[in-house]
Amino acid sequence: MNPAVPVPTPETLPFWEGTAMGELRLPWCVPCGAPFFYPRRTCPDCGSAEIEWRAASGRATLQSYIINHRPIPAGDPLIIAIVKLEEGPRMMTNIVNVEPVPEDLTLDMALEVAFVDRDGQSLAVFGPVGSW
Amino acid sequence: MVGAHAAIVGASETASLGALPQMSVLELHAEAARAAAADAGISMSEIDGIATARPLPLDVAHYLGINARWIDGTAVGGTSFLLHVRHAAAAIAAGAANVVLISHGESGRSRVGALGAPDDSATPVGQFDKPYGAVTPYSTFTIPAMRFLHERGLGVDALASVVVEQRKWAIGNPRAARTKPVSIEDVLAAAPIAYPFTKDMCCVVTDGGGALIMTSAERAADLSPKSPPVYLLGAGEANGSPLVSQMPDLGSFEGFRRSSAEALAQAGIGTGDIDHFMGYDAFAHLPLYMLEDIGFVGRGESAAFVADGQTGRDGALPMNTNGGGLSYTHTGMYGMFAIQESVRQLRGTAFNQLPDIELSLVQGVGGFFWTSGTLVLSNRQP
Ligand SMILES: [Zn+2]
Repeated sequence: MNPAVPVPTPETLPFWEGTAMGELRLPWCVPCGAPFFYPRRTCPDCGSAEIEWRAASGRATLQSYIINHRPIPAGDPLIIAIVKLEEGPRMMTNIVNVEPVPEDLTLDMALEVAFVDRDGQSLAVFGPVGSW
Repeated sequence: MVGAHAAIVGASETASLGALPQMSVLELHAEAARAAAADAGISMSEIDGIATARPLPLDVAHYLGINARWIDGTAVGGTSFLLHVRHAAAAIAAGAANVVLISHGESGRSRVGALGAPDDSATPVGQFDKPYGAVTPYSTFTIPAMRFLHERGLGVDALASVVVEQRKWAIGNPRAARTKPVSIEDVLAAAPIAYPFTKDMCCVVTDGGGALIMTSAERAADLSPKSPPVYLLGAGEANGSPLVSQMPDLGSFEGFRRSSAEALAQAGIGTGDIDHFMGYDAFAHLPLYMLEDIGFVGRGESAAFVADGQTGRDGALPMNTNGGGLSYTHTGMYGMFAIQESVRQLRGTAFNQLPDIELSLVQGVGGFFWTSGTLVLSNRQP
């Protein structure tokens, strides 16, 4: 199985344009004063269409993970994780720059973002702070 | 009251489960449907309503020669059949159908006549979950489990205990896929699939089918079925997030809380009244979530409840008495088989038959915490 390459839609395009420039952008609801994820045209909390795109700090914490040992997409164990961004929303990602063993993966550990190319799209991945 | 008027009057699984490369998905549906109709003592020609998750109900109806006037293709993952039961009861109460067939067939292992995976790289899941490898059940459904354990101060052995306890129910059952007794050490030493999940903490992968025939409680009294009717006392359903990363709380599923609360309230009972529990266990963490979210135990108490044998034969809440998806069978959509075991227990025909049971709760999960369905079933007419 080839690694999945995301195909942007009009409402998510600003996110993918951001990752291509090395920026993790989030849609913010102006009335709520808070970001949300994944990108939508209206706020899932209040329904407002008054949305602004802002760059996130790129800092996050590890919420939960698995270490995949089956061949998707590559042969090496892959850390598939849910992280919580400093701004609040959670997202799926891969944890890199760390051995894929539970001893090195402490829940709530501090992470920071970097971007990797995936066939023309840039994916946000996370590593321990200072590992880049 | 959706429930009190409807009854399951026919129920059957396919004659075999496991590896069935000689049967297509459609024939798995059809074999189960014919057997369920025979069980109900009802002619196939009397069926005027049909519900399937996949393939489409029109495919199954046409294959069987059914002329339906009520059609439900609700497809929300493996709990779809629990929703079909609820919807069928409403349709029967409204006079929109007299006799409903709910069927399932899946060639999960042999992939004969199976549907292909859609190309969904532009969906939210395709853009924000799949690129990271969250593409299979074992690499996606499993991800919240570490959070659940962490929040409760539990270790990976909590998952292994679920496997050990459920395996006990499958021992000796000729229809079960995994029948060998296991210890916590065995489970932890099994092949790693997606840490913390080893092979034994993941469901089996099988071919098979199952079907139900439902009609009104009044009509049920006039039938001469092989087995007594099972009444629907209450039901609930709830949606969650299609992206596992966007669950509101990784250590609890609000869909389980919402649908079970509605089903219990409709039945007019509490968790303490339930004699038997079927909790959809595609992976070992799910029964732990369900026990807490339904309210059978308090937050943080599920692992000890299971490890102490409370879900076993002599426990307070016998759970997954067929061995569950972890040991009995899992075609890809297990919800039908959870209902089948509840029906058997309430009719007194289960392999591991419990004495004196009147109330069974079936808790389903669809997709990867996408959907929840709950049924309260009884052998006593309300
Ligand atoms: Zn808002």
